[in-house]
Amino acid sequence: MGAPLRSRAIAGSEGAATRRGGSRLVLFPAAIFALLVGPVAAGLLGAALPAFGYLPVIGAERLSLAPFEALFAMPGIWRSSLISLAAGLGTTFVAFLIVAAFIAGWHGTRLFRRLARLVSPLLAVPHAAAAFGLAFLIAPSGLLLRAVSPWPSGFERPPDWLIVHDTAGLAMMAGLIVKEIPFLFLMALAALPQAEAVPRLKAARALGYGRMAGFAFAVLPALYRQLRLPVFAVIAYASSVVDVALILGPTLPAPLAVRILEWQADPDLSLRSVAAAGALLQLAVTGAAILLWLALERLLAGLAMAAMAAGWRFRADEPLRCLAAAAMGLAVFLVLAGIAALALWSVAGLWTFPNLLPAGFTLSAWSRLGEALAVPLANALLIAALSSALAVALALGALEYEVRAGVTPTVRALVALYLPLLVPQIAFLFGLDILFIALRLDGRLVAVVLSHLVFVFPYVLLSLADPWRAFDPRYRQMATGLGRSADAFFWRVRLPMLARPVLTAAAIGFAVSIALYLPTILIGAGRWPTVTTEAVALSAGGDPRAIGATALLQALLPFIGFALAGLLPALLFRRRAAMRAVA
Amino acid sequence: MLRIVIAVLGLIFATLAQAETPDPANWQAVLEEAKGETVYFHAWGGEPRINDYIAWAGAELEERHGVKVVHVKVADAAEVVAKVIAEKAAGREAGGAVDLVWINGENFAALKRAGLLLDRPWARQLPNYAYVDEAGKPTVLSDFTVPTDGLEAPWGMAKLVFFHDTARLADPPRSMEALLRWAKANPGRFTYPQPPDFLGSTFLKQALYELAPDPSVLQAPVSEAAFEDETKPLFAFLDELSPHLWRSGRAYPQNYGAMRRLLADGEVDISFAFNPADASSAIANGELPQTVRSFVPEAGSIANTHFVAIPFNATAKAGAMVLADFFMSPEAQARKQDPEIWGDPTVLDIEALPREDRARFAALDLGIATLPPEELGKALPEPHPSWMERLEKEWARRYGAGQ
Repeated sequence: MGAPLRSRAIAGSEGAATRRGGSRLVLFPAAIFALLVGPVAAGLLGAALPAFGYLPVIGAERLSLAPFEALFAMPGIWRSSLISLAAGLGTTFVAFLIVAAFIAGWHGTRLFRRLARLVSPLLAVPHAAAAFGLAFLIAPSGLLLRAVSPWPSGFERPPDWLIVHDTAGLAMMAGLIVKEIPFLFLMALAALPQAEAVPRLKAARALGYGRMAGFAFAVLPALYRQLRLPVFAVIAYASSVVDVALILGPTLPAPLAVRILEWQADPDLSLRSVAAAGALLQLAVTGAAILLWLALERLLAGLAMAAMAAGWRFRADEPLRCLAAAAMGLAVFLVLAGIAALALWSVAGLWTFPNLLPAGFTLSAWSRLGEALAVPLANALLIAALSSALAVALALGALEYEVRAGVTPTVRALVALYLPLLVPQIAFLFGLDILFIALRLDGRLVAVVLSHLVFVFPYVLLSLADPWRAFDPRYRQMATGLGRSADAFFWRVRLPMLARPVLTAAAIGFAVSIALYLPTILIGAGRWPTVTTEAVALSAGGDPRAIGATALLQALLPFIGFALAGLLPALLFRRRAAMRAVA
Repeated sequence: MLRIVIAVLGLIFATLAQAETPDPANWQAVLEEAKGETVYFHAWGGEPRINDYIAWAGAELEERHGVKVVHVKVADAAEVVAKVIAEKAAGREAGGAVDLVWINGENFAALKRAGLLLDRPWARQLPNYAYVDEAGKPTVLSDFTVPTDGLEAPWGMAKLVFFHDTARLADPPRSMEALLRWAKANPGRFTYPQPPDFLGSTFLKQALYELAPDPSVLQAPVSEAAFEDETKPLFAFLDELSPHLWRSGRAYPQNYGAMRRLLADGEVDISFAFNPADASSAIANGELPQTVRSFVPEAGSIANTHFVAIPFNATAKAGAMVLADFFMSPEAQARKQDPEIWGDPTVLDIEALPREDRARFAALDLGIATLPPEELGKALPEPHPSWMERLEKEWARRYGAGQ
């Protein structure tokens, strides 16, 4: 392909014209550096120093490897690591496979558009809510089994089956897969316009390839290049997840991240250094999962090349197409049915097995929530709006700087900013908390927003970077040719054309911020209660009514964000027919 | 680098802020100082009933003494410990985020050992402490055998009580031996929250008390030899029990709430809690069927006290004392013991109270599934916290890594 040649030509012809604009934009990477690198470094230091035996508050002041020795002496530590590794790879592989197969099989059809509309809001459902919903469905006392009990199953009491918390972590992976499918699907939707799917697919079909094979050979490579970072984020998330693992995951032993959390929460303070060592092990496990994924990429690319070389056309892909649609449909069904189960539980009175419906209904969970909710709601909205807006502005500035100055590495050098997603939050936040306390900022809004930014920014950059870079540079040549300045081009062409990915990124950032619990409670020093801090505290009691009500509520806010992100482009593009087609 | 930064900042803050600690002996002065303060009370927020109770106390305090109370709802007291440690690490000696924390056992022991609590016996000088039942409830003075030294104010009593669904199980097993026999005959119908969940660990301690050759040793810090001798029958018991547990012992409920739901769903026949009125409250709330009743082991059951404590660097120390004192007042204690409200037993000596306060307690309906105090059985003291840590470690080694 001619992409490298093309961009070099543009850099050469335009370099001089844009250098001026680029120098002003350098403020953005600088701001990112100032606002994010400090907190990230403090967080990492806070996670790493205790791992080597340095934690003066508990009297540990000598550097040593003792925490690692204690870590590797923990029972079942290798098994925990293996479960985390398997969850990271398995979840990502299955979720990616389903999304890719579905797009390959159904892109451009009515079913595709329908499901696309259905899937996007699912992204708003917090992981914990989806996991609880799934548990309410598939557990031996869950709705699915109630539906067939006592007749025809013959069960008067729930059978003693190990479905949820199974030792291999299959239930946990299922919970992650149904939640990561919407994420990857939405990322793919945002990237598809840049992958020139339609003409490429036409060419492949003309050459006699089946629908799915044509997509896999002609479109997927370009699409995947843009999806790579989101895929890595899924690997990182799935291999270090805590909430889903607590709700659905194995407990004997638990995945690594959950065990780290337990050590961190242990009243025996000396376990904190073990937790810190565990955090570094977690980094290694996630890193290993990503490396294995890279190997898998090569393997699959090699297989695809071999298949192409052999001339296989894979025309008979109808069964596979149906399978892809069925898998996608099942994932959507599980999340939606899970939400329905949550809704039912939130108003249930006594609800014993095998009754399919509660014996009575009560609004007690909702009225309890409603009473004290105004402030947490306002706080959640304020913090999420500020942090996601700041993250989008920073990301846009940095990406624009990168494009104008022709220096790709600026953003890539910020890869360290992804580390907050990989290091277990509680270990990371300890160092961050110390930094903010030392700056006398803890408990203030600015500190809470900044701590959210640390987690929000990576996701925003992640979802924005690839569509931004893939933007056809010829638009810019034209604009420059017509005498438009770089700024005018940004505001009048690039930003409107990329409105969909920008708004999607903002909505994702908003959703990430809404769902954050530990930073809000620790850095906020309890001064900034949000819907999520109330929900997590309440669900610690394990009452399914409270869980149902709070999880639904928690899902509602990001849902509004995504709904706006979905509606705004239609509004913006109402007079741009070609954009409507893309959107 | 970090060390230098911390040291420098520590110096700055040390000189900046050294507020006088209010003296509860001069209560009027404490009330004066507390007026207008906001108390950030960090407490587990997992039970709506308890949250409502705290909200009521806050409203009363604001009206009576002009002290505002903010309930910071946390999922785990360890988060609060982490916050105080972080403040200590950053050298914040005053103006801390936590004014009062709901605490007991290991968390108290850890904070006390690290010197992170207000270091004077303030709690025993509070006016309402006069009614606390030190003689009848010795755990108000020793929190898991660790002397409270007045560093925390008693708030409520807890006693391990078992529940069974009479619709499925008429005559529950009242000792560990009987439990084992019953579990073998009814596999999959019993389980306990996975240690180190505090209720799961409490089940281990209960079994240890019943099975140990010499339970008196449990009051002293654990030694390797004593642990070996005293826990041998316990682990023999658990080895035999595990295959007959719910899910054959390959998974455990993660906390009390999860276990209560198993009883409600009919997955298990027996459950247990630290609050004797829990079943009554849960029935009233539609969380358990009407047929659930309470029972206690023949040998007695573990009992302890939960407290509120003030961190060393609390901002509103006076306000925190006023709140702690109000929590101990006969009025607040009686309301707390009402199963309609919360159902948490009082720390006060009811007999010693003035008549109208005694009447408050006499008027309480303890609920359909609650045992009257005289049927609650003997109170077994908590072992020294070191036993619990050692037990949890050994449990994890034997059963926590999967077999």
